[in-house]
Formats: sequence, C-alpha cells, structure tokens
Amino acid sequence: MEVAGQLASLGCQVTLIEKEQETGGHLKNWYHLFPDRRSSDEVAEYLNKQIDHDNISIYVATTILQMERKNRTFIIKTDHGKEIYADAVVVATGFDLFRSERKEEYGYGIYDNVISSADLELMFRKGELKLANGKTPGKIGLVHCVGSRDEKVGNRYCSKLCCITAVKQAIEIKERIKDARVFCFYMDMRMGGALYEEIYREAQEKYGINFIRGKVSEAGVTINNNLVVKVEDTLAGRPLKMELDMLVLMAGMEMSEGGRKIAEMGGLRTGENRFFAAADNHYGSNNSNIEGIFYAGTCTAPMTITETISHARAAATSVINYLKSGKS
Amino acid sequence: MEKFGFTLSKGRVINYDSNDRSIADYILQMEPSFRSCIECGACAATCTAGNFTEFSLREFNILMKRGENDQVREHIRKCMLCGKCSLVCPRGVNTRNVIVLAKEAFQKSESYAI
Repeated sequence: MEVAGQLASLGCQVTLIEKEQETGGHLKNWYHLFPDRRSSDEVAEYLNKQIDHDNISIYVATTILQMERKNRTFIIKTDHGKEIYADAVVVATGFDLFRSERKEEYGYGIYDNVISSADLELMFRKGELKLANGKTPGKIGLVHCVGSRDEKVGNRYCSKLCCITAVKQAIEIKERIKDARVFCFYMDMRMGGALYEEIYREAQEKYGINFIRGKVSEAGVTINNNLVVKVEDTLAGRPLKMELDMLVLMAGMEMSEGGRKIAEMGGLRTGENRFFAAADNHYGSNNSNIEGIFYAGTCTAPMTITETISHARAAATSVINYLKSGKS
Repeated sequence: MEKFGFTLSKGRVINYDSNDRSIADYILQMEPSFRSCIECGACAATCTAGNFTEFSLREFNILMKRGENDQVREHIRKCMLCGKCSLVCPRGVNTRNVIVLAKEAFQKSESYAI
C-alpha cells in the first residue's frame, strides 16, 4: 500500500492486486502496536489514505495465475481473466503467521485456553479477555519463539517481533486484569528495537511481569483440567512446572503461501528461510534476481511496521530509478 | 594451637585455561550438532531423570564445554537414553548421542575412567 501510494504520488500508474477481500493484511487484526501502543487502526487509516489516489487501481479478492515477461513488459494474468501490463512489478505479499497447531506439544487447538498472540489481539479488540468458560484468567503464561528458532518446525530464523509483542501483550493483560500474574517464558529476550528495552523494564518495574528463562517443552492438563507447562528454569538450574489459566503462544512469521506461489511462477529466488531472497543484503534489499521485479516489506524477512513502511518507500525509489534508467 | 576448624576453600572459579575440555572436544568431533546448543533447557524440562535427580543435560552441556567434568561424570549414568530430549530440542541437537558419546569419552579417558 505504501509503495503504491508513493509511486502514484510520483506520477506512476499503479495497479494494486490484493488476494484478500480488503487491503491491509495482518494490521487490521491487531489492536495496539509497539512501541507506543497506538491503535493499529490509525496506521491502517494512513495506509488507506496512501492508496486513495487517482493513479491507483485496486483489485481485491484477486489472485495472480500467471506472470510473464515480454521484452521489458510484464504481463500478469488474474483469476478474473484480467491481463495487466506493467513496466515493473513490486512483490509485497507479506507473511503468514505460524499456525500454532503445528507445534502440537503446546496444545493449540487441543486445549481450550491455549491461544495464539493473534487470538489475544482479537480479544483485546473485542474488549473481552476471558477463558473459554467465561471466567477471567488469573494466571497467564506467554511462550516466546513458537514457530521461530525451531528446527523442529523448519524455521531456524528469529521472527524478531515476538519478544517485544509478548512484553507489550503482557502489559496489556495486566492493564485489564490488575491482579493477574503474568509469566513470559523466553530463550533470549531480543529487545533490539527503539524503545524495546524501556518497555521491557517497564514490564518488570511497573507491571511486575515475571520472566522465566527456558523453552517450554510441553503443555498439558492436570487431573483438575488445569493447564500445566513444563520448562527448565535454566537460571535456577531446575525443572519447573506451573499451572496456568491461559497460555498464549507467540506465533512467528513465515513466508506467505501467496508469496511462495509467486516465487514459483516468476522464478524468484528464495532463501533458506523461504522468504524472498534479496539481490543484495546491504544495498539491494528491494531488488530481486529478475530485473524489473522488486520487493517490499515482510515478503523478504520478518519486519516491524516501521521497517516495512521504510522498505516500501525504498522500493518505490528503486522502481523509479529502474524506470528512468532502464536498469534495475 | 587451637583449631577453629577453618580450612582453605576450594576456589569456585572456572579455570578455563587449565580445565580439561577433552570430553567436550570428543563429543564435538563425533557429534557436531553439540555446537548448536543455546542452553534453552527444553531437554531438561522434558527429562524424566531430571525431574527426580540432579540430571540436567542443558547444564551438563555447558559444564563439559567449560571443562567442569566432575559433576557430569557423577550424574551422567542417570540418563535412561529415552531420547525425549532429542524430540524437543529446537536446535536439532542429537542430544541422546551427546550422552552416549560423553559416557564413551569418560570411559576412554584415563583420568575419568568410571
């Protein structure tokens, strides 16, 4: 959306193809955003304004069936029988959230009160933070690195946003349920972004969030049907078990299914992490292995919204330079 | 002279330079995945032996890498080689083989012969 807006305002004719019913991706399912806890709706509103431009035609609920190149023109065929001719293509297919049920030992889809970080955001949006039986949870655990840094699900990379999301969500839980006890189970706290460390500190000092260093090996239920997690408290050097009312799994980011199809269709290179591989990691992160095809945002790697928007603006610059010079 | 029962305490500093890291070196050579451990403790969390005895593969990994072998040697036989640790390891370390190799290394080594 940002690339489209930028290119349109620079005078390009842009066709935006979206496979979902509306544009905006995962953003519209989120509630508040780190680091400043602003409403995701405000950012969505900004992006919607970006694409509200006479130079932009939008096709929603549209899937690309074929993409081929003739000389310097790309011909894109859609499932609605449309043919779109383009001088340049920007791939902005985003990410899919890791499906938490794939990490079967954590019991997502098996136990009622095991939810994902995305489910929690929906609860925040609805204003209802409740257990399956309608009661208010008193003791809540957040599991970091679900589907990230995990060889067993084939994702070696760090999704990088889940640590700060966990801290943000832990705070949001405490704000809603004052006497809740909240525990984050982490392998490493990766607080590298602007203001992340400050939020982490606030979570400890102001909200009393507990941090336990260890990867949860499994979740189960007790004879009383309470959730129980097993972890090693690696800093105490002892195995630890804890009963919880609710378990939130911090789902990682994966290459989107849509992106994977486009990679196949267009002969676009992907990396070991399955995301699109940039032509150069330092000065060509918007460039693909094919001249005239560019990347924007999380289709290349896990990114924050801030980074995605910056990456999108850089993609627009790359497209303009390509169109001007005739080179990628 | 009056004896007050004072003795010299054994230092608890890990003397990295003089410690014997041959056990870890042997495992690293035979099972390179041993390198990938990030000390997350998933192995120890799921371990039946670790729930009842002083057995933590996570702890043993780091102790062997530092050449602090005595505690490992003392407790390693408590592993029943069930392999649950291998199932949960997010780094794909062949943890079960690490134990087998550690036992082997202790047996081969003159200074640690069990």
